[in-house]
Amino acid sequence: MFFENYHVGDFFDEMFLADGSVRPHYAAILERMRELSLEDFEGKRQAVDLSFLSQGITFTVYDESGSTERIFPFDLMPRIIPNREWIHLERGLVQRLQALNAFLQDIYSEQRILKEGIIPARYVLSGKHFRREMMGVSVPNDIYIHICGTDLIRDGDGNYLVLEDNGRCPSGVSYLLENRQAMKRAFPNFFPMAGVRPVENYCEELLRMMQYIAPNGKEQPVCVLLTPGHFNSAYFEHCFLARQMGIEIVQGPDLVVRDFKVYMRTTHGLQQVDVIYRRIDDDFLDPSVFNPDSLLGVPGLMNAIRAGNVALANAIGTGIADDKLIYAYVPDMIRFYLSEEPILGQVETLFASEEKQLSHILANLENLVVKSANEAGGYGMLIGPAASREEIERFRVMIKAEPRNFIAQPPISLSRHPTFCEGDFEGRHIDLRPYIICGQNTSIIPGGLTRVALRKGSLVVNSSQGGGSKDTWVLYGDE
Amino acid sequence: MLSRVADSLYWMSRYIERAENIARILDVNLQLLLDFETLDDARLKEHWEPIIRASGDEVLFYELYDAPTSHNVTDFLTFCRKNPSSILSCMLAARENARTIRDQISLEMWECLNQSFLFLNSSNARSVWDSGPYQFFKQIQDFSHLFQGLTESTFSHGEGYHFMQVGKYLERADKTGRILDIKYHILLPSVRDVGGAVDAVQWGAILRSCSAFEAYHRLFVASVEPWKIAEFLIFNDLFPRSICFSIRLLDEYLHRISGCPAGRYSNEAERVCGRLLSDLRFGNVNDVFAYGMHEYLAGLHQRLVEIGKAVYESYMFHPRVDIAAEIATQQQQ
Repeated sequence: MFFENYHVGDFFDEMFLADGSVRPHYAAILERMRELSLEDFEGKRQAVDLSFLSQGITFTVYDESGSTERIFPFDLMPRIIPNREWIHLERGLVQRLQALNAFLQDIYSEQRILKEGIIPARYVLSGKHFRREMMGVSVPNDIYIHICGTDLIRDGDGNYLVLEDNGRCPSGVSYLLENRQAMKRAFPNFFPMAGVRPVENYCEELLRMMQYIAPNGKEQPVCVLLTPGHFNSAYFEHCFLARQMGIEIVQGPDLVVRDFKVYMRTTHGLQQVDVIYRRIDDDFLDPSVFNPDSLLGVPGLMNAIRAGNVALANAIGTGIADDKLIYAYVPDMIRFYLSEEPILGQVETLFASEEKQLSHILANLENLVVKSANEAGGYGMLIGPAASREEIERFRVMIKAEPRNFIAQPPISLSRHPTFCEGDFEGRHIDLRPYIICGQNTSIIPGGLTRVALRKGSLVVNSSQGGGSKDTWVLYGDE
Repeated sequence: MLSRVADSLYWMSRYIERAENIARILDVNLQLLLDFETLDDARLKEHWEPIIRASGDEVLFYELYDAPTSHNVTDFLTFCRKNPSSILSCMLAARENARTIRDQISLEMWECLNQSFLFLNSSNARSVWDSGPYQFFKQIQDFSHLFQGLTESTFSHGEGYHFMQVGKYLERADKTGRILDIKYHILLPSVRDVGGAVDAVQWGAILRSCSAFEAYHRLFVASVEPWKIAEFLIFNDLFPRSICFSIRLLDEYLHRISGCPAGRYSNEAERVCGRLLSDLRFGNVNDVFAYGMHEYLAGLHQRLVEIGKAVYESYMFHPRVDIAAEIATQQQQ
């Protein structure tokens, strides 16, 4: 019998209240899980793992003995979000993305927000991902971030907080869709009664958005997905999305720019491309403008963008909105551009580049989380309370050398969720990444990728560091 | 269709066909050995060397192994990763090609390919092989047939399918030619055995290597005769592994890709393929013996290589862009 010895601990638990009673929206699944014997459960788990493996839903891990393909560990216990919470999240995320798009449009043209002193100009202009090349370039419908994968966490009181905006090339949406398939196969009878909103039309929305941003409103534009190639760890996802949308998946060498237009090389000669969903970072997109050593990109792509002959999703230069210094100003952006108060909270942020805050950071390193301003995926991060002396000293030197590149935040005790661990359910820390598409209108796929830190006590949910995932159910109702 | 995708589909299909053929050759020849009384080292060498030549690289073999024993040869042609034509290497290459174009093939095709690769790469494969090569090679052939069936029934018969068929038939024509060539090598050192019982068994093995034993007997009823076998495997118009049949379909699919009417050509690939097809259609076994079987087959192989090159140049090849020059041009604009 599961859940006999489950403890909520000192954390916000998604499924149980502090007194141990189940939250109403989890009551049905709890009953279903309790009916299962350990053998039933293990059987379902193995069937799901096997189907991921045979479909090749894997990511590649490199070590000394070569490369191995692993599946992204999947936990059968779903994360459930009741409708009223979701409506709140949805409003908050749409508001945030509107403000970010307005910000990007502004800083690449008039720079009102800098002139009015809302954000210090030096923070934007010194940003590693601020692209001067985009100054004065207009993008279709003024949308810069078309696909956004905001990372959300919940604090000790259960408040949703934005941790990162991820407006560059957020990945993981294919896992979300595959996880749903896996859950439906594992619980075919329970699923239809659970009142879960479907996620299946994501790819349709994505394609509709791409068609909407075609240059000059071209009808039936040729859309492609640009991938770095099959050695990329997200290649499965690139294929998955391209196949679902029925568009070509291309690599840099498949494309060529002639007369400010982008073409792909086909068996019947060159064919013009109108919209590119790119899954390559800015730096590698065009070796004639950015990193000249890139073999993944297309020389002249920037020229074609400037001439308005091709649209990119996401646009070049969105990385500045991901900068963790700029993140601290998003609430101000919302007030400035939208004249609204932010709906979603975020984590308080200290700047190492400000004298006063720097001395506070350096004095309290063991009590803070320090992040590099421009890294993603859990890299370049110091979790003070869990770090060793040497690590702290290493960061102290790095911060002093390059204060612009670091910020600090108070550690947040992430919410926990029952997760299957060796025979029974235990609480594990989770986060949530919903996927937002911004085209003619802004839509959010009801659900998201819930990542879970499988190691006991760990706060790191990244797949490269022992993370797994869960299916995320958004309910039609509240129970 | 993207040129790169066409190229990958073509090679994926070719590698699968190659793996199947190697599995069949090994299967038949391992069984053949059971019929011989005793085999000293010299006879074993005689038996296996032509097979190594027909399906792989003799020089590489002697770099890796000391003697052509049954075990060494089957290992070389089955599991050896250093041999690019081993079954495992072929399946790996087929899967790598499929991986780069996963979005282009059907889910069923991908799963089939992925599962067979997982099987081959697992320790389970070795144990199946150890417990009986027959079962193992059967599995490889079954897999290839399953894959072809899934391609037929789950994959659109459009341009991508046509490129897959071009790869398959080109490989098949080549392998049938090489299998026949094995016999030429077997005959060479011991002319006195011609017509003897061993010879009949060996020619039978050639037929079995092409799955042609029954089809041949249905057509000729008579016993196994070398020139009839050569005629059958080269010129028969209906048997799906004969060279003529393969080239006829190759020609057909090339024309479907370009849309050019049959009997004419619109590019070099169609021209060289059409010329070979008319030689096969209007030729017979007398040409082969007049020319010398080995020489004839070597010439055929050369022409197949030419067709492969022409296909590449007509559809897949775009002059390589000089990145530095390209960057310089784009920066001036």
